[in-house]
Amino acid sequence: MSRVHDETFRALQADVAELGMNRRGFFKLAAVVGGGLVLGTRLTTAAETDADGSGGQLNTFVHIASDGTITIYAPRPEMGQGIKTALPMIIAEELGARWEDVNVVTAPVDSASFGGQGAGGSTTIPREWNRMRQLGASAREMLIDAGATVMELPRDELVAADSTVRHGSGRFMTFGQLAGLAAKQSVPDPDGLVFKSRDEYTILGKSMTGVDNLEIATGAALFGIDTRLPNMLYAAYQKCPAIGGRIRSANVEEIKTLPGVVDAFVLRGNDDPRQLLDGVAVVGTSTWAVFEARKRLQIEWDERRASKDSWAQIKARAESLYGQRGRDVTLDKGNVDDVFRDNKNTTLAAFYEYPFVAHLCMEPMNCTAHYRRGERSKDSIELWLPHQFPGSSIPLLSREFNVAEERITVHQTRMGGSFGRRVFSEYVLEAVTISERVNAPVKLTWSREDDMRHDFFRVGGFQSIKGAVDPSGKLVAFENHFVGMQTGGRPVSGSSFGPKQFPLQNLDDGFVSRTMFGINTPCGPWRAPGSNTNAFVVQSFLSEMAHVAGRDYVEFLLEILGEPRWFEPANVQSLNTGRAADVIRLAAEKSGWGREMPVGSGLGLAFYFCHAAHVAEVAEVSVDANKKLTVHRVTAAVDVGPIVNMSGALSQVEGSIIDGLSTMVGQKITMEEGRVQQTNFHQYPVLRMPAAPPVDVHFIQSDYTPTGLGEPALPPLAPAVGNAIFAATGERVRKMPLTELGFSV
Amino acid sequence: MAQFELEVNGETHRLDVPGEMPVLWALRDVLGLIGTKFGCGIAQCGACTVHLDGVAARACVLSVAGAAGKAITTIEGLGNGTRLHPVQRAWIDLDVAQCGYCQSGQIMSAAALLADNPAPTDADIDAAMVGNYCRCGTYNRIRAAIHSAAVQMSGDEASAGLFYDAAREVRT
Repeated sequence: MSRVHDETFRALQADVAELGMNRRGFFKLAAVVGGGLVLGTRLTTAAETDADGSGGQLNTFVHIASDGTITIYAPRPEMGQGIKTALPMIIAEELGARWEDVNVVTAPVDSASFGGQGAGGSTTIPREWNRMRQLGASAREMLIDAGATVMELPRDELVAADSTVRHGSGRFMTFGQLAGLAAKQSVPDPDGLVFKSRDEYTILGKSMTGVDNLEIATGAALFGIDTRLPNMLYAAYQKCPAIGGRIRSANVEEIKTLPGVVDAFVLRGNDDPRQLLDGVAVVGTSTWAVFEARKRLQIEWDERRASKDSWAQIKARAESLYGQRGRDVTLDKGNVDDVFRDNKNTTLAAFYEYPFVAHLCMEPMNCTAHYRRGERSKDSIELWLPHQFPGSSIPLLSREFNVAEERITVHQTRMGGSFGRRVFSEYVLEAVTISERVNAPVKLTWSREDDMRHDFFRVGGFQSIKGAVDPSGKLVAFENHFVGMQTGGRPVSGSSFGPKQFPLQNLDDGFVSRTMFGINTPCGPWRAPGSNTNAFVVQSFLSEMAHVAGRDYVEFLLEILGEPRWFEPANVQSLNTGRAADVIRLAAEKSGWGREMPVGSGLGLAFYFCHAAHVAEVAEVSVDANKKLTVHRVTAAVDVGPIVNMSGALSQVEGSIIDGLSTMVGQKITMEEGRVQQTNFHQYPVLRMPAAPPVDVHFIQSDYTPTGLGEPALPPLAPAVGNAIFAATGERVRKMPLTELGFSV
Repeated sequence: MAQFELEVNGETHRLDVPGEMPVLWALRDVLGLIGTKFGCGIAQCGACTVHLDGVAARACVLSVAGAAGKAITTIEGLGNGTRLHPVQRAWIDLDVAQCGYCQSGQIMSAAALLADNPAPTDADIDAAMVGNYCRCGTYNRIRAAIHSAAVQMSGDEASAGLFYDAAREVRT
């Protein structure tokens, strides 16, 4: 698809920058304000013919101009997962549009008009699948109604395709010709709409390039950090290196005299890392001026209430629990003790470890805020915000600043990565507080050091795991002592091992206990929370069990899965053993599983089910005498139902695999005395291009409800590579990152 | 504060900034050229890559004083004013970006490579691109896009099309 005309790209770029919304036309935003939330509720109020009668708003999301330009709102925030392209594709498919005619515009943050506007948990596609199809199909039916009227043909003989309404006789009218009249048609009952079948798709399942690609490739303003406003000031915010420390004193008067500094002041927080922590704000005329000035800060911290967390202590305590059970039993099914005691069976125990890791969004946390003082306390707040749930700031700020929700405007921007990081809003509160104080628009930018040390980390943990195989080599018991982390008495994000973890549902005898350590280091969701570490432990350990049993791992897994069945039919979040077996077989077939490998080389396979996705991956690796690891290829077999955007889906799987490898190889956050010890990329490496393996992706498409692909292809990578390293070297990988075991890439 | 003349994308700008201010921040905060990105500030990630007299340089550790008198090219000036640079074109057509934040730096490194080596091997590409992080993991598409741009720049459009199809075939 060619959306770009080189000759005019500069003019287009200027348009994009100027309007911030529309490349090929302009339509009234006013037409959609106050529009319908979903079909069938208030949708009719959104349908409206343009003032000049030529085009029309067919529903909240779809406008068609008389020149044929179809403008579709992308409601939910883009962080690299491809949703800004994918959701409009679903609408365009049911509409009968030509994708070339579609112009995608980021929706304003307005949940009354657009419904939920968050993105996370790979849930956007399944949540929006039906609604987007309804929006497209509803507009299509209105266009057909209009076509039937104008062409004086029976409506059931008309179809919508290629942005036209056409009849078998060859007569047709374009969407542009019909839009004005179509907007006057009655809105069909959403429950009566008929959707296309997969074999009728002309857009879905195809590779469409990202709608922001031109802007990305030409450096146009897209990201939050690119925001520039008249009279905008720049800010940095220095918090205590020991998480949660308070300020006793700071040399703000001296800082104020430094070049480029406009103001410097202490902010008092509420000790909640998710909100505002104590810190010193430095405000100036450029990001560099405030970054330089903060180097001169002298702050006396009060660390009495600050985090004292120590990774070394956490690790020592966890290791002392090896071989024991936790007091808190979360699953006790059958009788594992009998199985383990039966000396016909073979048992195996192992201890697994994984570290805290950081999100490392390439775009550091930032927020541009303009707090405007109004008369008679009618203050208002405007934000330019990279956030996974941009609308969540509205009630938060309303509460914190006592500003009416309708006086808070949020512009959602593209995010330079998020991976679960930008669900928290402390950087929003920091920016707004600073803007209010200096009475000017302020762009707060975190340094990379701020970003790494004040993350909400992927939690580390330990699992003391045990299994038994019977004399035939079949897995018959599985036990886990999960050593996790909690804050305020509640497990942090991703620190759990639930009763539906594979293979617990497949066995008669299973036992899970846990010991939770209290920590103060902030933790949060990180790409496939829980799954990204549980997959490593379980799939590595099951491969160990297969080896002990003298079994091929694929056979061993397929035997555990058993007959095709869906544990909770119609619940896509529930394991379907048939779909699982199919991706395992496909990954094995496509990777040449079972073939003879040279000395020092090996294949490793892993399967995981999460986010309603069944994924199997095979890594092909070699390891030299110096433990230099080369991952030659990763083969993935993925079942997420039907594919929405093939290019985007491939990107997500490729990226998840590279990300999984990057994290597994060398990433580890440690803390001592409550201080995160890694500050920038020199201490926390991201995988570089020479170490990135080719990725071979195979999808099994079906009519199951599709699910998102931002996360589920990541968890199987680490165990696949670990199992491959064992096949190549005989060394088991029971700990991440690999650099701690002496490996390099 | 001193005055420096900075040549950016063929235009000379007179800047009243401290000489030690990194070019990154002069571009972003003073000149409003926000295509050059801030990633780390210590030349580890390559998000801020620009061309200094045609050679890839990390703008976060390049001072305004040091760049004065030299020609700086940023992502905004990579095209010739009417046409996209073939690397930009390849990035769009091969749908390289995921989040997109690192990609202007990737594109600048790639363009510098191709100016120097019109037909790079995978190993040449790896060596030239090793300083550019992509947190989303788009490295394979970056490699493919550089090969595609190299073919386009050699003037063999038919081959460019073939390569594009072949690249997609491999992935599916």
